[in-house]
Amino acid sequence: MVNHNGPLLDIDDLTVGYRQGERRLEAVRHVSLRIWPGQSVGIVGESGSGKTTLAMAVMRYLPPEGQILSGTIRFGDREVQDLSDRDMRDLWGGQIALVPQGARSALNPSMRLGDQAAEILRYHRGLSRKAAHEQARASFERVQLGDPERIARAYPHQLSGGMLQRVLIAMALSTEPALLVLDEPTSSLDVTTQAEILKLVRDLIRGEQHTAVLYITHNLSVVAQLCDRVAVMYAGDLVEDAGTRPLYRQPLHPYTRGLLDCVPVLGTTKHEVDLRPIDGQIPGPESRPQGCVFRPRCPLAIDVCETYPPLYDAGEERRSRCHRWEGIRAGELDPAQPVPARERTPPGERAGTALDVKDISVHFFERASLPQRLRGERGTVVRAVDGVSLTLGKGRTLGLVGESGSGKTTLARAIIGLVARTSGTIEFLDMAVPPKLAGRSRDIYSALQVVFQDPTDALNPFIGVGEALRRPVQRLRTEKVDDADQVVAALLESVDLSPSYALRLPDELSGGEKQRVAVARAFAPNPAVLLADEPVSSLDVSVQASLLNLLDQLQTEHGTAILFISHDVAVVGYLADDIAVIYLGELMEVSPASALFDPPYHPYTEALLASVPLLDPDAEQREVQLKGDIPSPSAKPSGCPFHTRCPRFLGDICVEQRPPWREREGGGKRYFCHIAWDDLVRQQERIFRFSETGKEV
Amino acid sequence: MGEVASQQVDAQPARTGRLLRVLKQLLRDPASALGSAIFVIFFIVALIGPWIAPYGANEQIPGSARQAPSIEHPFGTDILGRDVFSRVLLGARDVLTLAGVGTLVAVIAGTIIGLVSGYQGGWLDEVIMRLFDSLLALPAFLLALLLLGSLGPSRNSVLLVIAVVYTPIVARVIRSVVLGVKTRGYVEAARVQGETYPHMLFREIFPSTLPALAVEAALRFSYAIFLVASLGFLGVGVQPPSPDWGLMVQEGRANVTQTPWALIAPAAAIAIVVIGVNLVSDRLKSILQIPAELRR
Repeated sequence: MVNHNGPLLDIDDLTVGYRQGERRLEAVRHVSLRIWPGQSVGIVGESGSGKTTLAMAVMRYLPPEGQILSGTIRFGDREVQDLSDRDMRDLWGGQIALVPQGARSALNPSMRLGDQAAEILRYHRGLSRKAAHEQARASFERVQLGDPERIARAYPHQLSGGMLQRVLIAMALSTEPALLVLDEPTSSLDVTTQAEILKLVRDLIRGEQHTAVLYITHNLSVVAQLCDRVAVMYAGDLVEDAGTRPLYRQPLHPYTRGLLDCVPVLGTTKHEVDLRPIDGQIPGPESRPQGCVFRPRCPLAIDVCETYPPLYDAGEERRSRCHRWEGIRAGELDPAQPVPARERTPPGERAGTALDVKDISVHFFERASLPQRLRGERGTVVRAVDGVSLTLGKGRTLGLVGESGSGKTTLARAIIGLVARTSGTIEFLDMAVPPKLAGRSRDIYSALQVVFQDPTDALNPFIGVGEALRRPVQRLRTEKVDDADQVVAALLESVDLSPSYALRLPDELSGGEKQRVAVARAFAPNPAVLLADEPVSSLDVSVQASLLNLLDQLQTEHGTAILFISHDVAVVGYLADDIAVIYLGELMEVSPASALFDPPYHPYTEALLASVPLLDPDAEQREVQLKGDIPSPSAKPSGCPFHTRCPRFLGDICVEQRPPWREREGGGKRYFCHIAWDDLVRQQERIFRFSETGKEV
Repeated sequence: MGEVASQQVDAQPARTGRLLRVLKQLLRDPASALGSAIFVIFFIVALIGPWIAPYGANEQIPGSARQAPSIEHPFGTDILGRDVFSRVLLGARDVLTLAGVGTLVAVIAGTIIGLVSGYQGGWLDEVIMRLFDSLLALPAFLLALLLLGSLGPSRNSVLLVIAVVYTPIVARVIRSVVLGVKTRGYVEAARVQGETYPHMLFREIFPSTLPALAVEAALRFSYAIFLVASLGFLGVGVQPPSPDWGLMVQEGRANVTQTPWALIAPAAAIAIVVIGVNLVSDRLKSILQIPAELRR
């Protein structure tokens, strides 16, 4: 039991290493951190920062090759390393509970959820079978799982990811642990689901006086909304540690400043604000520089930075591992990264249409199984995309926002020809585009290019960068290319890679570099239209920022129109000129980017904007609750597809009749809803507002 | 943890050559090093056998029939007075070429068919796979006997039999790899750029099948040695008086009480070479098909 007056968790000068052959790589170095009872602390870092290793060390979950090299972790008045396995078993689940990232893999697929939850209570509380089951159901109720009876009887595969995450949280909290460790619990969830989980966690934290929370994430905005304190990690070092408000108002470490400047703020566009990517790359544990780890990327680096900085106490319960924190606090030094050199072009004129998608549908037919057929059932039709019309102007960017299952990727694949559309037409630079790839001409191939989400998957591991770029240059360029190697070198330089990368294999590149090569390959034939399907979603924020800048720059140079598909409204809002919101295979709203963030909003857009965590801890944001989960596209609701979850549901009309498209003369915005324009304007306020200090961020 | 794993990949020395790396790993493990040594020795014997064999394959040494192993005749002599040691040495070439070339033909044909079938999909894939299913429904040995029965026993028939029996197996393995690879982003990216069919098959997809192909080829090769020997033993493969190991076992069997060494030597040769190749293919499988982080 934790019963003393000190901090609940006291990490002191902790260094954790992994053995790799003869070498020992330090993943976490000299980290000191305290968590007091009832406090919520966020650990933020990009991949390779050591945040997960730190959490695993706290949980004593390090893999066999991981080892605590120095320092101590005290939980209450006991040292975690010294505990026997038996004591650890009491600690795990009883005193420290973990909510891991992938809910589906964390639960036993062959056990009912009620049994899994009851097992913990029976072990830690010694409850009888019946009492444990009752308490398990009560804990399900506490995390607002409707119908806990049914959930308790369900197997994991019968529930959605968001519901499973709730179950895990319920299980973690059921023993009233002193410390709850959440490791990226919402990273694999949709924004609207994420918002619900975050709200739940926030309410639970506030309701619980004694449970402390350690929240590990890469997402700065989530932490801003959830935690009392934030610790920022970089390359194994804890570089800054402060209360949430002071940290976001004035970071005292250049890395924190850099991170904050990389995140597109909801509602800002590339025409108003620059993203400032952090120069260079996060070093691996084998190639860390001497002295301050951030030195090679730091705009403030001077000679003194060649000695390893201590974690300076900056007063006001803040600490910074920067030699020059005093100058930063006094405002004498500017820790921000330089503004990237780019032309801020005004939004492109509407100079004709590059891509015209008319009433396109993609339906997948699932044949009935034999038993189904014997019962007289027919196969099901999955309406992945259902009558979508889009226009993409030459040289402009159209953002397509939707959650998973919305059909956004299927739409992109239908346009590229990787799936054949069921109906509808696509016109591309006044050429009709056949449904299948095989039927398309070379002109279409070369003018319609694509960048996919996963950079590791985008490049063939057996084909060198040079060859990957040379093929499209030689085969698809309209003009004759005399010296392909020279063009390849130019392409590499255009994505800020040295021409020597032509000699590399994809294995030798980082994720960001791979995506740059994929972008270079897409731009190789000088395309008129680029389809970018979540091109930055799997990248760290600092890499994401530089890639967004790159896309913008290449667009300006080549005059390419971009269809930018993403689940991230802030990113889309930043990059796009126009935005289309898609739900269950149908468009809900189409709007110029600047107008999307002002009322009237389509009720779905409203919910989406209310769900995005904001980077400003003091921002005001209305809450919008959506009912239930996104329905399956094989059983689409009648009338308005959104009616089952709509907070502004009117009644029978929404169920029976398809809504009209509503728009205003000259306004540019149109939305698909039964509620008239003026009514909606009257009902809705602006959904989020940054605080005065937040705006400066 | 994932973070650390990815950095380990980055930290690997750039381009030592994948082949070289695999070879190094093969030789580091004692079992597969032994297997490789066995295979190399047999290969050299097959190459230079005629020059190092003390006697001809069918050379009858007057007055030395049925001799037990000695310095003069390490494996003894058989009932006709032929030196068993020389016959085993000279037989290596036959077995290894027949099994090797047969496997090679099966691997090439199987790879092409598997690539096309898997990548093309649809009715073509369906037809090819059902056809192969029906071939594989027969035990390999029965199929071989059936084929040989209609072709008549000869070296070329044996070759053909090995190719026919193993092509479907190789094709299936390749096809299953292709099915996994063809939905990868890089394959789709190449399709979107309108790449040509041969480029798609051989440049984008084929390299990914190499690990599975190498393992399968090694495995097929060891089975092919077995098959050649078995067919020889049954008298439907290579015909006397060739120094075929299977044939020798069969001849030795008749006189096992008088000249057991004439049976043991070729049988041991078959067993040793098959074990050697299997040791290599086992290790190859764990090197190529199990991700490095799981191996340890």
